[in-house]
Amino acid sequence: MTADTAASLTLLQTPLHALHQEVGARMVPFAGYLMPLHYPLGLLKEHLHTRKAAGLFDVSHMGQIAVQARSGDLSDAARALETVLPIDVVGLGVGRQRYGFLTTQGGGILDDLMLANLGDHYLLIVNAANKAAGLAHLLDAIGTACTVEPVDRALIALQGPGAEAALSRHLPVVAEMRFMDARPVAFEGQEGVVVRSGYTGEDGFEIALPAEAAVALARALLADPEVKPIGLGARDSLRLEAGLCLHGSDIDHETSPVEAGLSWAIPKVRRLGGTRAGGFPGAERILAELADGPARLRVGLRPEGRTPVRAGAALYESMEATEAVGRVTSGGFGPSLEGPVAMGVLPSALAVPGRQVFAEVRGQRLPCAVVPLPFRPAGFKRS
Amino acid sequence: MLKYTDEHEWLRLEGDVATVGITDHAAEQLGDLVFVELPKVGATLTKGSAAAVVESVKAASDVYAPIDGEVTEVNEAAAANPESVGTDPQGAGWLYRVRVSDPSQLDGLMDEAAYRAFVG
Repeated sequence: MTADTAASLTLLQTPLHALHQEVGARMVPFAGYLMPLHYPLGLLKEHLHTRKAAGLFDVSHMGQIAVQARSGDLSDAARALETVLPIDVVGLGVGRQRYGFLTTQGGGILDDLMLANLGDHYLLIVNAANKAAGLAHLLDAIGTACTVEPVDRALIALQGPGAEAALSRHLPVVAEMRFMDARPVAFEGQEGVVVRSGYTGEDGFEIALPAEAAVALARALLADPEVKPIGLGARDSLRLEAGLCLHGSDIDHETSPVEAGLSWAIPKVRRLGGTRAGGFPGAERILAELADGPARLRVGLRPEGRTPVRAGAALYESMEATEAVGRVTSGGFGPSLEGPVAMGVLPSALAVPGRQVFAEVRGQRLPCAVVPLPFRPAGFKRS
Repeated sequence: MLKYTDEHEWLRLEGDVATVGITDHAAEQLGDLVFVELPKVGATLTKGSAAAVVESVKAASDVYAPIDGEVTEVNEAAAANPESVGTDPQGAGWLYRVRVSDPSQLDGLMDEAAYRAFVG
């Protein structure tokens, strides 16, 4: 027995496991789960298909957490959540979703997440690798005011310009939704939630349903020739081109949201001078960086040659410089951009679009242009 | 004479020059290739050292030298069209040629039947 098969004995399977095997997925361990890396179509074509039609992703490994006020008053839950998230929860309307992050006492990012207001509770979608830590953190921080419960459901995503047409055949309500809307839905008599968002930079939806209904919906969607199953490999290249952060790579316990270029998610009301300023872990550092600017900043990088520049590569100010000034946090090949693409952190003075920096790959310094994020415009349905 | 390594390279010896590439098994495992870096003509390779790099969307993989020797030719077409290394790794997608300095090193490599058994 190899180490791989020994490890796979302890891996969890999602409710879509049998379906993945039926359609020929190559399964790999990821965040404690056995997940599809790619299907017979292959990563490149899966990526391009999602940009042009519709891609179906199994993201059931991600954590779903329901937060409800013990008082029964949703605004109590909103206020409690604002003690762990530097975003505007109080002002998030029913049926709307917002991006946010749990911060550490040091002002880093414990996890990034999506938060939806479902009327009687909030639904948090958290990263697979962080779900235990996030749950423990929430229980500890807001468990007195709120019930904090993991929701045992599958989660699938349908992404791409063809997503609305394909999904509305089975869930007609989705045609009425716009970007970041969240709605309760039922499929085959089972209740779930659909949100219009995703992790690809395309229009699309994420659908949380009990296991059996999710499998039935996935099968129904895959019967449509416009819909292809897409693995984790293309999920990563799609999110990279979209300039979206991967926790553990681009953001982590040390990186602040300001350094990560996520200040847009922290509204005025939570900043210095706002009526609900601060009051979240790490506020001192985060508010100071918002006021004075951070020392370093996440940037987009376009290597000028064809060599992919990958996570971990050191960044230099010049060909001759002896000290690295930053590093690449995510990088690879962008199939839609038909070339290498990366993100990294640089001192703020260098984090200026148009600057040139040098990434060290196999002992060679490769010129890279600092560029704005995202690398390509998003296809969200905003109105 | 066609030989294979346990690092999934193949080598075809004609006279004292060996053509080297990655195996079809390796190409299948790597998936779509998007970048190929070849050694420089004239470079002296040592068996087991990194001689070339093939990269998929997700990862870079070293291609190790299966034998000592001096690089006499590289497949510029493979560098210009990395996809060909993935689709025809043991034909048009060869990587480079070396002048073999120690033919006895071939004895430690696998033949076709042994390699097929090795990858199962």
